[in-house]
Amino acid sequence: MIPAPFDYLTATSAAHALDLLGEHGEDAKLLAGGHSLLPMMKLRLAAPEVLIDLRRVTELSGISSDGDELVIGAMTRHAELAASALVRDGAPLLAHAAAQVGDPQIRHRGTIGGSLAHADPAADLPMALVALGGSVELRGPAGIRTVAADDFFTGYFETVLGPDELLAAVRVPSAPGQPWGYQKFTRRANDWAIVGAAATGGRIALANMGPVPVRALAAERAAAGGASAAEAAQLAAEGTSPGEDIHADRAFRQHLARVLTRRALEHERG
Amino acid sequence: MQVNLTVNGKPRSDDVEPRLLLVHYLREHLGLRAANVGCDTTSCGACTVLLDGKSVKSCTVLTAQAAGQEVTTAEGLGDGDSLSPVQAAFRQEHGLQCGFCTPGMVMAATGLLAENPHPTETQVREGLEGNFCRCTGYHNIVRAVLAAAAAGSVESAEAGQ
Amino acid sequence: MLTGRAAGPKLLYQEVITAEPPPVLPGPQPGTTIGHRVTICATLRRLRGAGSSVSILGTRVLRTEDPRFLTTGGVYTEDVVDERLAGACHLFFVRSPIAHARITGIDVSAALEAPGVVAVFTGADVADLPSRKGPAMINQEMAQRPLATDTVRFVGEPVAVVVTAEPYQGEDAIELVSVDYDPLPAVVGFEAAMAGEVLLFEAAGTNVAAEFGKRGEQQADLFDGCDVVVTRTIANQRVAPAPMETRSAAAVWGEDGRLTAWIPNQGAQGTRASLARQLGVDAAQIRIITPDVGGAFGAKFGADPEHAVAAWAARELGRPVRWSETRFENLIAMTHGRAQEQTITIGGKRDGTVLAYRLDILQDAGAYPRIGAILPSLTILMAPGPYAIPRAEAFASTVVTNTTPIGAYRGAGRPEATAALERAIDLFAAEIEVDPAQVRRTNLLPPFTEPHQTAFGALYDSGDYVAALDTALTAAGYDELRREQAARRARGDTLQLGIGLASYVEITGDGDESGPPTENATVEVHPDGTATILTGTSPHGQGHETAWAMLASDELGIPLDKITLKWGDTDLIPQGGGTGGSRSLQQGGAAVQQASQELIEVGRGRAAAELEASPADLIFDVERSAFAVTGDPEASVPLASLAAAERLLVRSVFSAPGATYPFGTHVAVVEVDTETGKVFLRRVVTVDDAGVVLNPLLAEGQRHGGIAQGAAQAFLEEVVYDADGNPLTASFADYPFLSATEVPSFELADMATPTTYNPLGAKGIGEAGTIGATPAVQNAVIDAVAHLGVRHIDMPTSPQRVWAAVQAAAQEAGGPPDGQRPSRSENA
Repeated sequence: MIPAPFDYLTATSAAHALDLLGEHGEDAKLLAGGHSLLPMMKLRLAAPEVLIDLRRVTELSGISSDGDELVIGAMTRHAELAASALVRDGAPLLAHAAAQVGDPQIRHRGTIGGSLAHADPAADLPMALVALGGSVELRGPAGIRTVAADDFFTGYFETVLGPDELLAAVRVPSAPGQPWGYQKFTRRANDWAIVGAAATGGRIALANMGPVPVRALAAERAAAGGASAAEAAQLAAEGTSPGEDIHADRAFRQHLARVLTRRALEHERG
Repeated sequence: MQVNLTVNGKPRSDDVEPRLLLVHYLREHLGLRAANVGCDTTSCGACTVLLDGKSVKSCTVLTAQAAGQEVTTAEGLGDGDSLSPVQAAFRQEHGLQCGFCTPGMVMAATGLLAENPHPTETQVREGLEGNFCRCTGYHNIVRAVLAAAAAGSVESAEAGQ
Repeated sequence: MLTGRAAGPKLLYQEVITAEPPPVLPGPQPGTTIGHRVTICATLRRLRGAGSSVSILGTRVLRTEDPRFLTTGGVYTEDVVDERLAGACHLFFVRSPIAHARITGIDVSAALEAPGVVAVFTGADVADLPSRKGPAMINQEMAQRPLATDTVRFVGEPVAVVVTAEPYQGEDAIELVSVDYDPLPAVVGFEAAMAGEVLLFEAAGTNVAAEFGKRGEQQADLFDGCDVVVTRTIANQRVAPAPMETRSAAAVWGEDGRLTAWIPNQGAQGTRASLARQLGVDAAQIRIITPDVGGAFGAKFGADPEHAVAAWAARELGRPVRWSETRFENLIAMTHGRAQEQTITIGGKRDGTVLAYRLDILQDAGAYPRIGAILPSLTILMAPGPYAIPRAEAFASTVVTNTTPIGAYRGAGRPEATAALERAIDLFAAEIEVDPAQVRRTNLLPPFTEPHQTAFGALYDSGDYVAALDTALTAAGYDELRREQAARRARGDTLQLGIGLASYVEITGDGDESGPPTENATVEVHPDGTATILTGTSPHGQGHETAWAMLASDELGIPLDKITLKWGDTDLIPQGGGTGGSRSLQQGGAAVQQASQELIEVGRGRAAAELEASPADLIFDVERSAFAVTGDPEASVPLASLAAAERLLVRSVFSAPGATYPFGTHVAVVEVDTETGKVFLRRVVTVDDAGVVLNPLLAEGQRHGGIAQGAAQAFLEEVVYDADGNPLTASFADYPFLSATEVPSFELADMATPTTYNPLGAKGIGEAGTIGATPAVQNAVIDAVAHLGVRHIDMPTSPQRVWAAVQAAAQEAGGPPDGQRPSRSENA
């Protein structure tokens, strides 16, 4: 299957990309690694008339330290993120999450910016960002705004990213030595998570337990209040409304959320 | 639109539709038909090639996205008549039957060994999680990749020359 | 418990050299030595000429065909470049998005205006093409139009075609064809089909397509005398063959009015016959050329409606046409496999003796009955398997539903028999609390050298089922596994160990209603010292180029790299049985060997004339590929030179006395995470005895591939429809196609019990791995949680199913999971 026809433009800078977005409006989509967008276009689930390729926008690449945060350019490929010494040291949960995405070929192309903008609640990086309490830098005609992970995802494949904005960078707390736990439940290794759980720094995020990566707030409170991993995890599914599909019904998903949360907490607590 | 890239060491310049997938460019414009299309969902890896030395699924890369880069296909791996170490290992270990997944599998394996020259069996299996095979049950494919690694002389994947 | 035969996990083939000339084997003969150790049939080892040389038969010869697959890649139908196809246009199907509906209108006007569109055709345009009916015993009202006209009966059914100048244009244009559907209730599942409230074919008056055996006459007293009777209804679920190469075709009509079609297939001659029927033309008007085929697994036999429409369009347009389906189309419109519901009832004594077994099958045919609709006859034939069960009966009903048609899929009817029986054995073993290995040993037929006739009419040629069981158990370290299992149970580990067994016998190389199985081969030696073989088989990964060359080389003394194999071109090879049912080596290979031997005899006559000697005084020196006068090596003439004046070729037909019956035992070891239900397949240890092995490298490859597909059905793969007949697993992202991370490396133990049915001593290996692995893995998963009260889990044993079974067993204290008919123990 192949995409419907479109015009292809190459942005030379972030500002240029924003100009092109402004010019083409709703007809245009930004193209990063293309491994969320192109599969949808090949299935004709998306048919933008204009693609604006960000491959030449060097200001969107690179990983650096900024005080107590790591700043990751939106065009950072999953493979780079997984291998980055800075990230493995300062936010190892994120590096680990990047290493779980798809398969090696997909990781060579997919980017963190593209993955977050795509906002699949079953994906690894959205869940990881929420668990880390990170944020995203959105650039638009009015300038840069920073949005916390908790506020960025609004629904299935929906974020607060405006049609005239681009996701420029991702910020996560740099906390070397901070323990973490990550659980991804799949049928096959390169599947999206049937359910996922990530725990670090008192936060617990779940994948595929609703339209966005959700925080297991009740479990977090219990854990903060001194509950054991098992006790806290019993509350992991509270407030969640997971979907049903051929892999899992609601009850099983909620059960998995509890099991995976417990395992993530146990891993975090060593 | 005009796209300039290098394929198996040769510079190319072609006029292509923006939506032309790299796999179709290789197959239809260049007659390099080793890479195959096996699915619609970037799952099966039969289309795997190296892009600047990294394994990618060419069904999910626009030709335009490869502008200025180097593509290596199975046809470009060996040296004239001789097989590359990975190709030779696949033959030696009977790592192919119908052959449809094979070029993609070989490219993925080549890319894998370039990044991890001495993988464990588990790492080989995980490294090939994006390449499906229906015939071999993966058993001999894994043996082939481990044999190529043990032989120690892995084809350089960076330049694709 | 074990009889302690000393054997390592892998018994290597021995190269045995004997001076005996090959015995003549006209038919089944008693007296062939059988044992658990490997024996090489004496026919394969011969002293040659003055010195001795070891035959390459039985050795691990690397495939001669590999280099091109590894470099330029195979040339599959989509890759074919041929001047006859210059200017080809491209065909795309519009398919039904709804499972059951009347077509009330088709508007192609927008599509006709789209860029590059050459033509759009609908069912009305192909009204002159005949309908495709099912096999003879199927209700003949259940027929399929090549393009649906008034009714669509499954999601994916072809409704219209768009033909474009370039491929990309076609994907755009099909979206512009507008079809109006008036929905009808969808018949999904056996209950709805049998109820018959909604009929797929009004004229048929029923949804029952065929019946096998006599359900109405089942014996009420079948289970008399049993201490214990267990019954359960289980699923042998629908799976997708999903070869890596989807279906395609390239077709062009010549000025002579003949069609040349390139189609990936499993037998060009059968494809030609099927296409001829579907086009309403004489087979002589069609030439099928078979490019490389990227896997088939039973689903590329004959020709599908799409192939017929493509060929028709090429004639209609007077232009070559090419078609290639997407994976989505492949997963919904290539025939599916399996799809049986089975009610198994087994009864016996508490000492482990099985006394009676009943198998009641419901077969889903899908919307239009194809070969899958009649496979239950093979399931019934193999119902008793390798066991000596005194009383057994089996019957089946095939129904149509609004789903993809069912075809053959690796094993084709026999995996279903073994899966049912091996589940029954385990259910019985669990009920009487006897180790499942012991129950099998108690009931397996003892070794036999004379062909053994079963009550179901199968004539097993040779078998040593107990040795297969013991060899597999020893190779697996069964006792140690049980100890490990016990330790984990005692500790209450989250990750429990499961050990599953399957003993099987299966039927390969069966003939059909036209007579006993045969295959032809033509061997020709050329003056330049090369040779060509024409075969009626049709390799698609099995390595016939190498294997048949080995056989010819062994006779003719011509090196492998000088031998070329041809197949799949019906102008060149008008007759042939193709490759399927694991027939190729035992019939096609035997034909190659036979033709080579006969060619030597033809050569002997010519050599005698040339050397002015009596033919009886000549020996053929294989090493030199030359005839020489006995005692005077200088007086010799090369075989190839005998082709100079007159072609030197022989066409020979090998006729087998009947089908052969390979057998084996699989042991699967799984770990099950009892908290999540996830299954980890850790080991699969197998004995797959298909007689003498020609090339261990190739045979192992077949076993590996078969084991992987069999295991995949047990714990991973499943085609799923919703209640409206919408397919939910129509991509490789949704259909859990097995990847390398889900399976381990396999452990193959070797055992070779020859057959006397062909001089190679060979039975068929291609499907055996699949047949054994599925029940072994399923039984292992259930075994892993048996201590928690679980008696059965349907396939695939997904995490959801495993978890649900554990929950249900916990709640009901040993009862069955929801939705299953309960197991029943009764005292007779």
